Amino acid sequence: MSIRPQSELFDGNILRQAVMGSVLKLAPQKLVRNPVMFVTGVVAALVTIVFVRDAVTGANGLGFTGQVAAWLWFTVLFANFAEAVAEGRGKAQADALRRTRSDTPAKLLLHPDDADDNLWQPKSALDLNQGDVVLVEAGDTIPADGEIIEGIASVNESAITGESAPVIRESGGDRSAVTGGTLVLSDWIKVKVTAAPGSTFLDRMIALVEGAERQKTPNELALSILLSGMTLIFLIAVVTLWGLAGYSGTVLSLTVLIALLVTLIPTTIGGLLSAIGIAGMDRLIRFNVVAVSGRAVEAAGDVDTLLLDKTGTITYGNRLATAFVAVPGLTAHDVAEAALLASLSDETPEGRSIVALAKGEYSLGDVNIQASQSSIIPFSAQTRISGLDFDGRTIRKGAVDAVLAFVKLTYDESPAEFREAVQAIARTGGTPLAVANERGLVGVIHLKDVVKPDIKARFAELRAMGIRTVMVTGDNPVTAAAIATEAGVDDYIAEATPQDKLAYIKSEQAKGRLIAMCGDGTNDAPALAQADVGVAMQTGTQAAREAGNMVDLDSDPTKLIEITQIGKQLLMTRGSLTTFSIANDVAKYFAIIPALFVATYPQLGALNLMGLATPESAILSAVIFNALIIVALIPLALNGIAYRPVGAVALLRRNLAIYGLGGFVVPFVGIKIIDVAVSTLGLA
Amino acid sequence: MTFVGWLQIALVLSAVVATAWPLGIYMSRVFQGQRTVLSPVMMPVERLLYAAAGVQPAKEQSWIAYTLAMLALNGAGFVLLYTLLRSQGWLPLNPQGFGAVSPDLAFNTAISFVTNTNWQAYGGETTMSHLVQMVGLTVQNFLSAATGIALAIAVTRGITRSAVGTVGNFWVDMTRATLYVLLPLSIVVAILFAATGVPQTLAGSVDAVNLDGSKQAIAIGPVASQEAIKQIGTNGGGFFNTNSAHPFENPNTWSNILSIWSMLLVSTALTFTFGRMAGDARQGYALLSVMAVLLIAGVAVVYGAETSGNPLLASAGVDAAGGNMEGKEVRFGQALSALYVVATTGLSCGAVNTMHNSLMPLGGLVPLFMIQLGEILPGGVGSGLYGMIVMAVLTVFVAGLMVGRTPEYLGKRIEAREMKLAMLALLILPLAILGFSAASVMMPKALESLANAGPRGLTEILYAYSSAAGNNGSAFAGLSANTPWYNATLGMAMLLGRFAYIIPVMALAGSLAAKTKSPASAGTFPTDGGMFIGLLIGVILILGGLQYFPALALGPIVEHFLMQAGRTF
Repeated sequence: MSIRPQSELFDGNILRQAVMGSVLKLAPQKLVRNPVMFVTGVVAALVTIVFVRDAVTGANGLGFTGQVAAWLWFTVLFANFAEAVAEGRGKAQADALRRTRSDTPAKLLLHPDDADDNLWQPKSALDLNQGDVVLVEAGDTIPADGEIIEGIASVNESAITGESAPVIRESGGDRSAVTGGTLVLSDWIKVKVTAAPGSTFLDRMIALVEGAERQKTPNELALSILLSGMTLIFLIAVVTLWGLAGYSGTVLSLTVLIALLVTLIPTTIGGLLSAIGIAGMDRLIRFNVVAVSGRAVEAAGDVDTLLLDKTGTITYGNRLATAFVAVPGLTAHDVAEAALLASLSDETPEGRSIVALAKGEYSLGDVNIQASQSSIIPFSAQTRISGLDFDGRTIRKGAVDAVLAFVKLTYDESPAEFREAVQAIARTGGTPLAVANERGLVGVIHLKDVVKPDIKARFAELRAMGIRTVMVTGDNPVTAAAIATEAGVDDYIAEATPQDKLAYIKSEQAKGRLIAMCGDGTNDAPALAQADVGVAMQTGTQAAREAGNMVDLDSDPTKLIEITQIGKQLLMTRGSLTTFSIANDVAKYFAIIPALFVATYPQLGALNLMGLATPESAILSAVIFNALIIVALIPLALNGIAYRPVGAVALLRRNLAIYGLGGFVVPFVGIKIIDVAVSTLGLA
Repeated sequence: MTFVGWLQIALVLSAVVATAWPLGIYMSRVFQGQRTVLSPVMMPVERLLYAAAGVQPAKEQSWIAYTLAMLALNGAGFVLLYTLLRSQGWLPLNPQGFGAVSPDLAFNTAISFVTNTNWQAYGGETTMSHLVQMVGLTVQNFLSAATGIALAIAVTRGITRSAVGTVGNFWVDMTRATLYVLLPLSIVVAILFAATGVPQTLAGSVDAVNLDGSKQAIAIGPVASQEAIKQIGTNGGGFFNTNSAHPFENPNTWSNILSIWSMLLVSTALTFTFGRMAGDARQGYALLSVMAVLLIAGVAVVYGAETSGNPLLASAGVDAAGGNMEGKEVRFGQALSALYVVATTGLSCGAVNTMHNSLMPLGGLVPLFMIQLGEILPGGVGSGLYGMIVMAVLTVFVAGLMVGRTPEYLGKRIEAREMKLAMLALLILPLAILGFSAASVMMPKALESLANAGPRGLTEILYAYSSAAGNNGSAFAGLSANTPWYNATLGMAMLLGRFAYIIPVMALAGSLAAKTKSPASAGTFPTDGGMFIGLLIGVILILGGLQYFPALALGPIVEHFLMQAGRTF
């Protein structure tokens, strides 16, 4: 998996643009998208008006009002800044992508129906329509997304995937899709344009990383409602406090009431909410996964079941030799030697794995056999046997019945140990290969589909996260069960057809489960569309890429695991910062309430737990803390909080301890420090 | 505080849990239409009632139809009670010959009894005829309690069912709540009350000859029967003005224990019903644990504050050994008075055996805060459970995010729509309590009703609106609330607290009912363990604290500090 170089968190260029952006985002029509910040902006404007009025009338406490107004504006600006930084990181990537979408000249074929007529006319890529057929030759950039209808070519797709090794694209089959902006390195292809101008894969990717199409995701919406509700509740508490204070003989100024309101409403999470969402998408893109919507990323965090293809994901996909079993009277070493000789010229993965096993575990050296003195018996589908004749020796390996025929034995005449070994191998889902030489049967090679070494641990991790893994394979149930046990998956579907996959997804969804899967073929498309999270491989067909809601540019099926973690991290960051934000309010009450009423009721000074210097400095310090905490938490919002694959309870305990308890304690310390600074500097 | 005092408290609470457990299981059977011990007796009655009313018991309603039926019944109940109050002078069973009740008081009283608040801006024995007490008030005591139970069952169904459009049949739930739960319990409890010495008669008063030879008419009446449903249905409206402090409503320790037990019984039992219906008893235990922890903490503060007494009196030479006994009945003692104060406000009962206005500042803070926390500890019959469910939904939302999943409660995903409805419900109480309180303190006319100046006066007003909006009905006293302003605004607060709250909650139940239940996994945050209990307690306290801290700081909190500094008003 390639991870795109991460743009530095505080890259100078991005920062400069973000500062500009945070001012531009003060426009009311932009601010209103974020209710908490909109309220903060409105009350900041109110305090500013009070400040101007007081300046004209020469009222007392001008410095205090001015400072409160300034810090309220900073609160809004800091929140805008967080969003702008998050967007800026995406923009930098979008700009890089946009450069590849230059106005490529396309070779539009005039007579696409005639395969021999390659007459073309130049046309701008931006003017191509769906259904046009273009010729792309070595050195040309593919002008638009499309399907190869004729030809084969090697294509450099680094513009999209970041991977510079060329890939082969050809007409027909599962590798016929090409992406606009990629470069043909050799040969030529005829491409039928499948995307309308402006809606190509590259266009969509640019829009996504820029956040231009960003809509609030379902969970973000639910959280915004919670935050808006909290804001309303605090609005009620603060407005009515004016009346209650009046009864107690305290006239509260608009400025201090607003200061109380802004410190209470959840500005911390409100200010960082959209930055968290943008950063989540960005994190996914750094893992080389493009999500069609933020909704899909969130759904990934909720996934209950991962549907994984066996081949290439759980196993290496090739049967490899894992053991040699000898007939009575011989040793495994003898089998290894014979198998090695028989496989010397076998260039299949199986053959190479036999050589590797014999040289590795049985320490056999290189064998030098002169080609003139030997003859290679190649494998054929008819004989199902291969081997080597040299020095009068004949070594053979192959299917059990074929080798038995070679040594002129029936199955029942073969040694019992041999039969047992063959049966044991078949029972565990492996493939037995018999080995024989001129003297008779030597033994059996155990070939099996080898499970990737670290995959079992990853599945255990997933199980701890509460995610079930289901292996999908075309193997028979015996083989499937053996591999399922070895890999530690929770369930498997053997002899699976694409219809089985679809049916399985539907039945799991009916039980209330959320399913994620990945696929690349056209026949995967229905299942990809049905799954809650469908990850299509970049190497896959156009149909698969259209059906899924994410595309993995590295075409790595195991990446589903990372995608799930990113989804979880996104929600956790939101939840933890919400908890932090609300826990902060306790300290702010203890700062502001005694400050408001200490003139009327000096005894309320007992609530001034932090021992803040003066009422003005207490209020100002709370407002300053409230603004600065947003800036302090920007890195956390952008990077996300650490996710660990442990159970829900352990995770919650940890996050509550850090963000709940921390959110409770930090402001007590922070406000005190700011108060010391404010009173030392004589600001209030 | 004494060991014996705590032992008394522990014994009463244990008795509540021990009896609520089988009652809860019984109720889960009743509301799921299963056979119970009372079925042979009640089934024919039930069938007769359905046939007479044209109700098809097997036909379930959507949340909207259910809520509309509930509103229609309660609306009719309001009209009937209002008419009865306005015309009692012409009606029989009025031995003392009371005239019509004034329009604003009749409005306030009718709403008060329909909403299960039982705020009484009047003195019962000097205002209401026996007919009104029995046909008007006591009937509403049953109906409002049954409404609460029905709503709680409907909300429970919404959460525990999977992918259905209905939440039950309101008429069936009402009928069963009355026939199978409230009526039998009331009969038993009324007999027990009578056994402790509470009068049960249709006579208006008995005459007593005083030592100086003058004659005194002592009011009596059908007290035991009204007392039973008053406590069982967490209504709290007393027969007499001084409520459960009156020697005929609550003559001795046994009747006091019976009062506390019977008011806590049904609300506690409903948590067991909830667990049963959810198919996981532990879910109910978790909610009950939260209620119990906060209730006992409240008792500890009141008990502690009251027994430590008033330092100003101690310095004035008054013996402080007994603690603050002002406004308390010696026959109940400190421990059970403290338990009564906290239980009646943790529930939305509102019966009182102690003058809340005579509590110490911190002792008075507790009942006020218990009400402001939303009447969920354990809350009124039914309303306590659905109020607690709203808090649980809010808690799992934040907790669910922190474990990296779309939050779920009992397998139901909590999404934008659910949050919107939960927040709407949550806004009602602060709006009514703080809004009307602030409006009142700004009106000189409204301030004339106050008996105390300074922070205590503010507490009296805050308490009145909290009690009304929380459908509690207890009075802090000290506020002469029988004025057009208070009758009207407290009436509105009661309406908001009951019906404006339940509509979004029922919508929430309907929305959850339609969702498919998703199976739990290791990644799901469990809502039956200590972690959830702790978190739910935290959310309730922090949310309540954040809403009311400024107001409380100007009331009981500052009064506490002022008292310590020796300042009085």
